Amino acid sequence: MQAKVKAKGSAQPLVVSANRLRDGRVVWLAADGGWVEHLHGAVVYLGEEVDAGLAAGEADEQRQLVVGAYAVEVVETPGGMVPLRMRERVRVDGPSVLPVAAE
Amino acid sequence: MDTIERHAPASASMYKGAGIYRYDDFDREFLRERVAEFRAQVARRLAGELTEDEFKPLRLMNGLYLQLHAYMLRCAIPYGVMSADQLRQFAHVARTFDRGYGHFTTRQNIQFNWIALEDAPDAIAALAEADLHAIQTSGNCIRNVTTDEFAGAAADETVDPRVYAEIIRQWSTLHPEFSFLPRKFKIAITGAPGDRAALQIHDIGLTAKRDAQGRIGFEVWVGGGLGRTPILGFRIRDWVPEDALIAYLEAILRTYNALGGRENIHKARIKILVRDVGQARFAELVEQEFATLPREKFRLDPAIVAAIEAHFTPPPFAAVPDAAAALAGAVAADAEFAAWVGRNTHAHREPGYICAVISLKPIGGVPGDCTAAQMDAIANLAEQFSFGEIRVSHVQNLVLPHVRQDRLHALWQALRPLGLATANVGLLSDIIACPGLDYCSLASARAIPVAQRIAERFADLRTQHDIGTVFINISGCINACAHHHVGHIGILGVDKKGEEFYQITLGGSASNDAALGDIVGPAYAYDDVVDAVETILRTYLAVRSPGEAFIETYRRTGLAPFREALHAAA
Ligand code: SF4
Repeated sequence: MQAKVKAKGSAQPLVVSANRLRDGRVVWLAADGGWVEHLHGAVVYLGEEVDAGLAAGEADEQRQLVVGAYAVEVVETPGGMVPLRMRERVRVDGPSVLPVAAE
Repeated sequence: MDTIERHAPASASMYKGAGIYRYDDFDREFLRERVAEFRAQVARRLAGELTEDEFKPLRLMNGLYLQLHAYMLRCAIPYGVMSADQLRQFAHVARTFDRGYGHFTTRQNIQFNWIALEDAPDAIAALAEADLHAIQTSGNCIRNVTTDEFAGAAADETVDPRVYAEIIRQWSTLHPEFSFLPRKFKIAITGAPGDRAALQIHDIGLTAKRDAQGRIGFEVWVGGGLGRTPILGFRIRDWVPEDALIAYLEAILRTYNALGGRENIHKARIKILVRDVGQARFAELVEQEFATLPREKFRLDPAIVAAIEAHFTPPPFAAVPDAAAALAGAVAADAEFAAWVGRNTHAHREPGYICAVISLKPIGGVPGDCTAAQMDAIANLAEQFSFGEIRVSHVQNLVLPHVRQDRLHALWQALRPLGLATANVGLLSDIIACPGLDYCSLASARAIPVAQRIAERFADLRTQHDIGTVFINISGCINACAHHHVGHIGILGVDKKGEEFYQITLGGSASNDAALGDIVGPAYAYDDVVDAVETILRTYLAVRSPGEAFIETYRRTGLAPFREALHAAA
């Protein structure tokens, strides 16, 4: 299953993601400690540095801001940062399909 | 049986409208209390008084899941039967709390994909206004009982299964012993010899039938299920008399509850228990339990059956002696209409009437998705053409069960501008697909765009009609919500190092000839899977005997010609 692969310990750059408690939206941990809706605003960690991000995520879970914070592997591309795994790319872009003629 | 007994017998002569089970004040009060309770739980969660670990089981009990992009609300549509007003209420929820659409599922339910936690209590309150709820759509309880989408209408039906589906619903709703089963538990029931409810992939499958004296009884299948370990159910009893139905179900559930493994989630379904103890031994254990149950306590009283039956009295059908001729004339005059009638209708037991299937599988669309505007329009058409009644099929289409044959052409014309008249029921574009990686947090790969690309590859309906009946089922992970093991062509999304791959099986069936598909070979990458499906279908066209359906050809030839063709194309 692709469900949340343990990315901690990965050699890839890492970002921290979660779902926002009140509406479930995908959010990314930013450098100022807040949560943003776009990956490009996320703070990037290398190696063990991610522990600080995960600790911040856990603290915000305790404060009922987010649910299920975890580390996500990303790769730098000429177009910007992209998650390594398809699951996380879908979380960044939203569903790849839209209902026909949704209002 | 207390829950059933409190419904006093109603007058059988009174048509309640839409063949819908009408809630009484007790049910409504119960729903109101549940909404208030959930509202308080959500408030406590948002205020930080409940942690996620504490809150999760509470929200799941109310059908609220956290998916990839948002919360998802799964609403029950008991045995897939709803009224026009209820469908309008779903449209209202879609418009007000979601993004203007909903998704009908293989359990004949509807899911909303974009619900915010803070809106969820209001959404559930709106559902309750129309006697709708999201209870028993999650968790290790007895889930929504499913049935034949043509129940109470089909010409080939011997017993109306809705009556017993409702009895089972009442018996199982919040049953104290069965709210915490080892695992979720799914029951399907049909009342026709042709299995349209996929009985053998259910924990319990029931066929209601009559004996030579006309008495009602049930053939019982048990131990079916898909997922990681797909197993077909076996026939445990050929006949359980009507009055012993609940006792027999209790006996099965008690046996399971006592012996079913709870330690390992993958081993907790009844199918694993049946496999481990053996069919004969399991049957013995159930019979022992059945023999010791206080029979009087669990006896299904004929008065109760009659009271429930009264909720399903047939609508006031008109005598329409010329309707069949009118339909024949319209079919002869319009080839496109004829193609739709050929695929999207089913014979009705009432002379002059017919069941019409509304395909939710337009070419390139999302299987099972329906916009709020379409829901409103279908609700209006149901009132105009089908006594205000709508059904959800387990293949994710909708049905207007009681349409006058001489008005079928008018219905079809009304469906066309709504994008709801695709003549593809049972054809290759009538694909069952789960939400997959586009929405589902458990997914390994996307299912919807694979379905769309297959349908688009064969967009010409004439080609699809030439290929004929073939069921394609696509699941986004091993949980098999789209029943891929029993698709004629089954496609399973798998994850390989974070990328999407698809394993293909051939020869599955969910009908009377139930079978699990055979794996054709290594999995295909996302970009290659549609080519592989095309190769399989072209191979079928090349090797089929005249008049032979896909599944028949497969059963004659086996995997060999398909494997060879796939190998050659690789
Ligand atoms: S089969 Fe898997 S991906 Fe599809 S809906 Fe079920 S759990 Fe989600």
